[in-house]
Parts: sequence; structure tokens; C-alpha cells
Amino acid sequence: MKGWMGKIRTLFLLSLLSLLLSGCGKENLTAFSPKGYGAEVSLNLIIISLLVMIFVFIVVMVIYTIVLIRYRQKKGQEDFVPKQTEGNKALEVIWTVIPIILLIIIAVPTVSATFDLADTTEKNDSLNISVTGNQYWWHFNYGEEEIQTSQDLYIPTGEKVYLNMMSSDVLHSFWVPTLAGKMDTNPENENTMYIEAYEEGVYYGKCAELCGPSHSLMDFKVIAVSPEEFDQWVEDMQNVNPDATPETASAQEGQALFENSCLSCHAIGSSPTAVGPNLTNFGDRSKIAGVVDYSKENLVKWILNPEEFKPGNKMSGNYSVPEPEEAEKIADYLLQLQPSEVTPESATE
Amino acid sequence: MSQEHTLNPEVMPDEPEKATLEGKNKFLGFWFFLGGETVLFASLFGTYLALRGSTMGDNTPENLFGLELVFIMTMLLLTSSLTSVYAMYHMKNNDFPKMQLWLGITVVLGLAFLGCEIYEFYHYVHEYEFTFSSSAFGSAFYTLVGFHGGHVAFGLLWIITLMVRNAKRGLSLYNAPKFYVASLYWHFIDVVWVFIFTVVYLMGKVG
Amino acid sequence: MSTTIEQNKGFGATLWDYLTTVDHKKIAVLYLIGGGFFFILGGLEAMAIRIQLIKPANDFVSAGFYNEILTMHGTTMIFLAAMPLIFALMNAVIPLQIGARDVAFPFLNSLGFWLFLFGGILLNASWFLGGAPDAGWTAYAPLSTTSPGHGVDFYVLGLQISGAGTLIAGINFLVTIINMRAPGMTYMRMPLFTWTTFVVSALILFAFPALTVGLFLLMFDRLFGSGFFDASMGGNSVIWEHLFWIFGHPEVYILILPAFGIFSEVLPTFSKKRLFGYTAMVFATVLIGFLGFMVWAHHMFTVGLGPAANSIFAIATMAIAVPTGIKIFNWLFTMWGGSIRINTAMLWALGFIPSFTIGGMTGVMVAAAPADYQYHDSYFIVAHFHYVIVGGVVFGIFAGLHYWWPKMFGKILDETLGKITFWTFFTGFHLTFFIQHFLGLMGMPRRYWTYGADQGLELGNVISTVGAFLMAIGAIVFLYNVIITTIKGDKVSGDPWDGRTLEWSIPNPTPHYNFTQIPLVRGLDPLWIEKTEGRKGMTPAEPIGDIHMPNPSILPFVMSLGLFIAGFGAIYQIDNPIWLVVLIIGMGITFGAMFIRSVKDDHGHHIHKEDLDKGAGL
Repeated sequence: MKGWMGKIRTLFLLSLLSLLLSGCGKENLTAFSPKGYGAEVSLNLIIISLLVMIFVFIVVMVIYTIVLIRYRQKKGQEDFVPKQTEGNKALEVIWTVIPIILLIIIAVPTVSATFDLADTTEKNDSLNISVTGNQYWWHFNYGEEEIQTSQDLYIPTGEKVYLNMMSSDVLHSFWVPTLAGKMDTNPENENTMYIEAYEEGVYYGKCAELCGPSHSLMDFKVIAVSPEEFDQWVEDMQNVNPDATPETASAQEGQALFENSCLSCHAIGSSPTAVGPNLTNFGDRSKIAGVVDYSKENLVKWILNPEEFKPGNKMSGNYSVPEPEEAEKIADYLLQLQPSEVTPESATE
Repeated sequence: MSQEHTLNPEVMPDEPEKATLEGKNKFLGFWFFLGGETVLFASLFGTYLALRGSTMGDNTPENLFGLELVFIMTMLLLTSSLTSVYAMYHMKNNDFPKMQLWLGITVVLGLAFLGCEIYEFYHYVHEYEFTFSSSAFGSAFYTLVGFHGGHVAFGLLWIITLMVRNAKRGLSLYNAPKFYVASLYWHFIDVVWVFIFTVVYLMGKVG
Repeated sequence: MSTTIEQNKGFGATLWDYLTTVDHKKIAVLYLIGGGFFFILGGLEAMAIRIQLIKPANDFVSAGFYNEILTMHGTTMIFLAAMPLIFALMNAVIPLQIGARDVAFPFLNSLGFWLFLFGGILLNASWFLGGAPDAGWTAYAPLSTTSPGHGVDFYVLGLQISGAGTLIAGINFLVTIINMRAPGMTYMRMPLFTWTTFVVSALILFAFPALTVGLFLLMFDRLFGSGFFDASMGGNSVIWEHLFWIFGHPEVYILILPAFGIFSEVLPTFSKKRLFGYTAMVFATVLIGFLGFMVWAHHMFTVGLGPAANSIFAIATMAIAVPTGIKIFNWLFTMWGGSIRINTAMLWALGFIPSFTIGGMTGVMVAAAPADYQYHDSYFIVAHFHYVIVGGVVFGIFAGLHYWWPKMFGKILDETLGKITFWTFFTGFHLTFFIQHFLGLMGMPRRYWTYGADQGLELGNVISTVGAFLMAIGAIVFLYNVIITTIKGDKVSGDPWDGRTLEWSIPNPTPHYNFTQIPLVRGLDPLWIEKTEGRKGMTPAEPIGDIHMPNPSILPFVMSLGLFIAGFGAIYQIDNPIWLVVLIIGMGITFGAMFIRSVKDDHGHHIHKEDLDKGAGL
């Protein structure tokens, strides 16, 4: 089944490529080139249903074309009155029964895939991560490992990772198209799904449920690394000393400022955060707040005015804005928070 | 409808509420309206069932509800349904004074029901501090039962208006459908109450 | 619609006439104007969306304003444009098609229209009063319950008022079709447009109350401190999703079934053939309506309802493809062996078949739950429902307008302009939405204000925006067509298309009382039967006599105005209790008008048969 599906898929993608000059979108964002189990199951189902439907479409269009060519009123035949056919029982049966058969062809793999993707029998023996959607950022809590992160979700390749999802405010939806389909985060009950990445890489994630002005700015990343690297990462994260003294004087001053003003919302280390993203490995990230290009200049701008980047975020207006030189120091402090060698860059190498 | 019909015939037809096209339309349209109302209450019941456990440590159905009062209310409303049947019976016999009498009794029973309900709500708010904003259960309870109470109040105003308006001129083919659909509405309210009694109060006490 | 007489009456009298009218033909015109206005508004909002998305990181509109635009685009198009335009056609045609002099409840018919209009105005007043609703047309809680400002309050009350109007219209058409049919017009002789209106009215009746309740709960949460959707009070936001979609999915069929009905009128007329498989078509219509209530949770596959629920709803959804397929094939075989005339109305019907088939195909694809985990809330879904709603409903409305324009206004819309409209709109439509299927799977979620430059989404969005401009041009040409036809068009006969159904037996212009004598119906396509037997018109079922007609009334307008005023009171009482006075005044006006309606006898009036010969009522 798998090899056969693979061939069809290659063929399908090739034809799609020729259709679209831009290809199938950006690698690691598009659902057309799955790199994980859920996305593969979905794509297989997409292809099966599409093929069946293309068959139907062709049948309709053939009849349609014949009708339009053969039965147009011709000049001089304006008074011609066609036979007033009432219908045809045999035909009605045909176009009732054949679609039912075609639908069964789609329905069987649909049901089996639905139960497959909802399977939680291996949950207790697997890595479990709590995912919380917030306006407008993602929080990840590795309960057993006692690690808290935000925006970047590190997972090991080749195994099922269970995500237990909730929202802290409004509905969000967790979507990493290349790895799996989406699942909503609800404020009142926990949803569980699993993802399994086949290859190392950085996969782009988006929020797929309207959640406010910055709905389109809730990007996050899933960083899939080899199990060994993942263990290394876990160890590095567990060994973080939140009070470690930075090297440069500017960063040291930044740390003091951070602890005085930012720590009431943000956190460094494994203590659970209250309202803002956890910044333990901020220096390892490749985007600020998920969407802003990573540079000190941008970080300072963000600290001074986050509203410019994420309209409606909960930071704006809820903190005392530092002086520009203070913001520089805080930025220096944050940028040197690089607890691990395992980073998005190392995952794509 | 090209032929003229008399609105005050010597002998009332068997079904005066459906003797004219307008009456027939009103009769059918009202049944459809009640179909829509059924979906409305079904949605409210669904919401209530989903939220009746969400008491947030506050008042629960068990500690709040007292079946004695609710039983009296049920009896009042069931009886009023019966009296409105009598009223329609007299309408078909073209006995206007008796119809008015039985409608009057219906109204009195309905008012008594409404009084009990107001007392009940007052009691919950003041004795138990159980309000619309206490919990999701509170919101759902007051909405469901309150919607029904609102229907009762509207029905009473409707029947009273009809009785007063037609008191002097008696029954005709023009107003017979109006009386009839008002009584249909009253039955519907009664049926909804039976479900409220079961789902909210009995299941709240027992289940 | 006799325009000359109206011109003679003067503006004030005409305005009063339309404010008080209970004539279904005039109410149809009101619905057409109201729906057309909101269609233009929704179209402008759509253009703003497409301009914002033409390039990455664009800032044509701000993020918050963008959410208001997309919310109002969806809400306006569904509730204030598509449905009223369909009601316009139903009002214009249904009584004529079944051989009736008016609808069952002319007064309520008028009330339905004014409720819709005032609800729509209330909703759109939000633009000028601190911002429009911004939680999407689906208004999912808790985003909708926590949205700051009054935008969502306007959404709740505007839709509540216009929804009441829709419910009234639904009951009215149900009773009209059951009770008012001409002698001989059995159920299985009713034209398909009448049948679809009948089924749709039943859907409205059973679907809208769920929305009513949902809106009430949302209003209570926002304005009166309840906790239905507030997790901290034990509430559950998924309840809103259920209530909304229990209404929302049948709503899809409420929109599309009348369009199916229109095509089932247009295709036989211009193929000169009776509808193929009439019985199967009726059966399919009823089945679609019935199944429409069983599938709402397919909008909620990613909510976490569990695999069993997802599977059941997936299969139920796929089942709808069967009756829909039956319809497509019956339309094709209606044309098979016919003598096809292609004019603008027919072009829209012909454009509909491939477009809607694509929409139906993607419909089956999104029904497969695990595949939907990818499609859901992405541009694939946006593409899918626009294929259904534009390629089905809007094409249907255009077909219906071109087809029945001579019945409504006595003139044929210009054919050349009509064809220009069709081809620009048709091309623009496919350009706009086909590419969006791919955009969705390439990782572009729905309702996105912007996208990054490095995400491979630029080209698709540019193509889509170009297409949107073509659609806009098509719509503008149509408006121009309406104006030019009204000014210059020639009067036509009562039966310009060689029609088959009863409405075409009526002379142009249609008399106020529709039929001087109620016709006797002897089969499906009654006019066609008379024609094949060599008669010019219908055989009457009654002698000429006095005609009983309802009286006009201003009360529907007043009742709706009262609710409109009360709406403002309900919205602003949370800021300042003094507004409760406004709420009470508004409700007082409405109940006062209801009270007057209740105690004041209204027996209608008679047009005497002596006056009929003199052209009374024209």
C-alpha cells in the first residue's frame, strides 16, 4: 500500500509542479511535501479523494461538452420542439449507485485514518508536551523533563510525541502543515494529538483559528532533531542556571533590569510563567516573537514598542517602557541566553 | 377568495377557526411557528444539560430546588391547559360567555403560576445568593426557565388582549382563529413546562 | 410594476407606497434594492481584503481593521446580500408560479423585509460607532465574548433582528405554498423553484431558532454577565460552535437550494424541454434539506470531538454528494436532446455546472476528516465555500435576475452587457478562487491579515487579487446594465422566453392582483401544456368575480424601527444605565404597534369585478 501510494504521490506532485510555477509552496511549510506521519496520512487521503473526484468531474464535463456541441439550437430550427422526455429510471439508478460506490472508496480510508490519528494507546510511554495557545504566542511545557519553552518546540525525530493542548484565552489552532494537520486549543478542555517527524529540520507552524488582530503573527517553529541531540538539548535546558552571571558588563546590567521589571511576566528557567513567554533559550531562536527578523536592533525596537510588530499583544501598555539605552542592555542580556548547542541552525545542517 | 364570506354567520361552522382562508393560514402558520419554537427550546435544553454540572462549587440543583413549589406550579399550568381546552370547546359551540369564562380561569391560573415563578427566583437570589452570574449553571437555569416564564407572560397578555377586545362584540369567523392559536400557544407553553419539570427539577433532584 | 404610474404619483406618494406595501411584487423590489446595496458593500469589503493580501507584509489596512472587514464581509454577504436577494426572487415569483394573488401573510411579509433592513442597518452602523465586529462571521467564543468595544454587540443585535425577519419569511412561504396553490397544482406539479423554496423555508424554520438562542446566549455573556462561554465560570465555548453550526450548515443549503431551483427553471426553458427526472429532482431536494441537519459537526473536525463523532459526521457529509450528483446529471440530461438557446440567463446556468461541480468535489474532499485536518481554516476552505456560494448561489441569483427581470420590471436586461458581465465575472471568479485551494495547502490559514515574504505565497495571492478586480468589473457592468435597461429598455410581452410555468401566463405589467381569474393547472409546466394544445393562455378555474386583497400598513415599518431603537439601548446600557430608557422606548414602540395590529380589525379590501375591466390595480 505504502509503495503504491508513494508512486501515485510522486506522479501527483510532479503534475502539480508543472501546474504551478511557484511549486508547492515553501518547503517545511507546505502540506504538499509531508515530513511527518500525520501530514502523510492526510496527503494520502487528499490524493485518493481528489482522484475519485477528478474522475467524476471528467464524466460531468464530457457529457456537458457533448450536450453543448450537439444540442445548440441551429439557425432555421427555432420552431423545433424537442421530445419532452420525463426521465429515465435506469439512468437515475446509475447515477445514484455509482457515486455511492465512489464514496465508499473514500469513506473506508477516511474512517480508518480518523481512528489512527486519534490513537492514544502509546501516550503514556511517549514524550508528552503540554501546548498552550496564548494571544499571540505558544507555550510548551515538558512536564516530566521539567522544561518550559516558548515559540520553539523541540522534538526528537522518529517517534510519536504527544501534544496535550489547551488555550489560556481564546481559541487557537495548532498547525504545522508539513508534520500534521491541525488541532484546536480550547480554554475548557484538553485536546491530544501526536506528531512524528521523519527527518531533522525546522518546520513552520501557524495559528489557524482567528484569535485577534495578530492572528496572522502567531508563527512558531517545530525543531526536529535526532534523539541523541534531543537528549543533549533536554540536559542543557535542565542545567540552565537562571541566575548565572553574563559575561559582558552591558548584559549584566541588562540582567538586573530584566529581573526588576520583566520577570513579573516572563521567566528564565523551568519555573512556570505567569503571562508572558518563557525566554530561557531566547538566544537560540531565529525569530523574535515568532515573526520578527532576529537582530539586536529589532529586539530593542520590540522592547520599546511591541505594538509595532504585534498589534493587540498583551505586553503593550502593561509594562513601564525602559529608556532606549536600558532596552539595549536588556537586549544584550537576552541575546546571550544560549543554553544549548542544539539550535534551529544545527537542526537544518 | 373571490366569493364573499360572512364573518358573522347564523350558525357557526364546525371548525370556526379554519372556516376562512385567513383562518386556515393562521392555523397552519402557527403550527409552523411552534415547530420553530420547539427548536428554540431544544437548543436551550441542550445548553442547560451541557452546563448543569458547571456549578463551580456554588449552588447545585440538589440544594436549590424544592419539589413542593414546583409541583404546585406544574398543577397550576396543567390545569390551565385543561381550562383552555374547555374554552375552545365552548368556542366550537358558539357559546361566547362560557368561552370567556374559561379563558378567564386560564388567565388566573397562569398568573398564579407566574407569581410562583417570581417567588421562586426571588427566593433563590435572596436566600441562596444564586444569580444569573453565579456560574454557568446559574446562567443556563435562569435562561431556560426564564425564557419559559417570558412565554407565559406573553401568552397571558395575548389572551387578556383578545378577551378585552372582543368582550362586547362576541365571536366571529374573524376572531375565532385568533382565539384558537392563542390557546394552541398556551398548550405549547404547558408542554415545554412538562419538560422543564422533568429535565430541570426532577433530574436535578434525583439524577 | 408599472413605472409610469409611479412617476405620476410623485416621490412622496411612491415612498409611502413602498413603506406601507404588502404586495409581494413590491416587497420583492425592496428586497432587491436592500440586498443589492449590501452586496455592493460586501463586495467593497472583499476588495479591501484582496488589496491587503496582494503583497507580503502589506499595510493597506491595519490588523484590527482587517478583522473587522473580514467579519463584515462574511456577515454581510450571507445574511444581508445573498439571502435577501434570494427572497427578492422568491417574493417576485412564488405567488405567480403557484397561481396565487398574494402570499399567505402579506403583513408579515412586509414585516420580514423591514426587520431584515433595520437589522442590516444596525449591524453596519457599527462602522461609525467605534468599530465593526471583529470576531469573524462565525463569532467563535471566547474571542467574541471578550472582543473589546461594541462591535460584536452590533453583530448580535443586528443579526437577531434580521434573523427574526428571515424566520417570518420562512413561515410565510411554507404556508403560502401549502395553502395558496391554484386548483390542480398538486405538490408533484409544483415548479422546482417552488419546491426548493418550500424545502428552504422549512430549513429556515428549524435552523434559525438555534442561531436565535446562540445570539441570546452571546448577548447575555457580553451584556448581562452570564457565563455560558466563559471557562472561568464553568462555561463551554464549544456550545457556541454547536449552536452556530446547527444553524450554519442548514444555512448553506438555505442559500444553495433556491439557486438549484432557479437553474431548474432556466435550463428547461432555454432547452425547450421539460426538466429531466422531475421526481428525482424533488426527492433530491428534500433529501439534501434533511441531510443538511445531520452534518453540522463537519465544521468542527479539529475541535476535538473524538474519532467516533468525526467519522459519523464525515460519512453523513459525504452522503449529501449523492443527491447533489443526481441533480447535476438531471440538469445535463435536461439539455440532452434539447434545443439550447444561449442567452445571458442560460450562460449563468451553464457557467454554474462546472463551477459548482468543483465546489461539490472539494466538498467531498473536506468531508474526509483526516484530510480536513489540513484543509480546515485554511485558504482551501475559503476556496471551497466561495466555489459553492459564488459559483452556485451568486451565479444562480444572476441567472434568476436575468430570467425574471422582464417579469419583475417588464424589460429584458441588455444581452451584450449581460454577456460582458458573465465572462468577466466568470473568469475573475475562477482566477480568484481556484488558486486559493493551493494557497491553503501551501500553509496559508484563513483570515490572515498578512503573510511573510519568505513563505512562497506571493504569486498565488497576486493572481487571486487580479481575479477579484475582474469580478468587480463584472459587477459594475451589471449595475450599468440595470440602469441603462431601466432608462432605455423596451417593454416586452408577458412571455418573452416562451416560458413553461404559470408566471409567464400573466400579461406585462403584472396586475396588482396577479390573476384576474385563478388558473386551472392540468400538469407540470402548466403553461407549456396549454401551448402544446394550441391555447394562448391558461384555462381559468373560476368565473370573473370580486377580488379580495390585503390593505397596506405602516405597522411593519414601525415595529422594525422600534426594535432598531431598542437595539441601541441594549448595546449602550452597559456603558450607562440611562440607555435602558432607550431600550424601553424602542420595545414600547414595537409592542405598541403589535397591540394596534392586534386590536384594530383589518379585513382587507375588495376590487369589484366591474372595475377589473377598467384595469384597476394596474
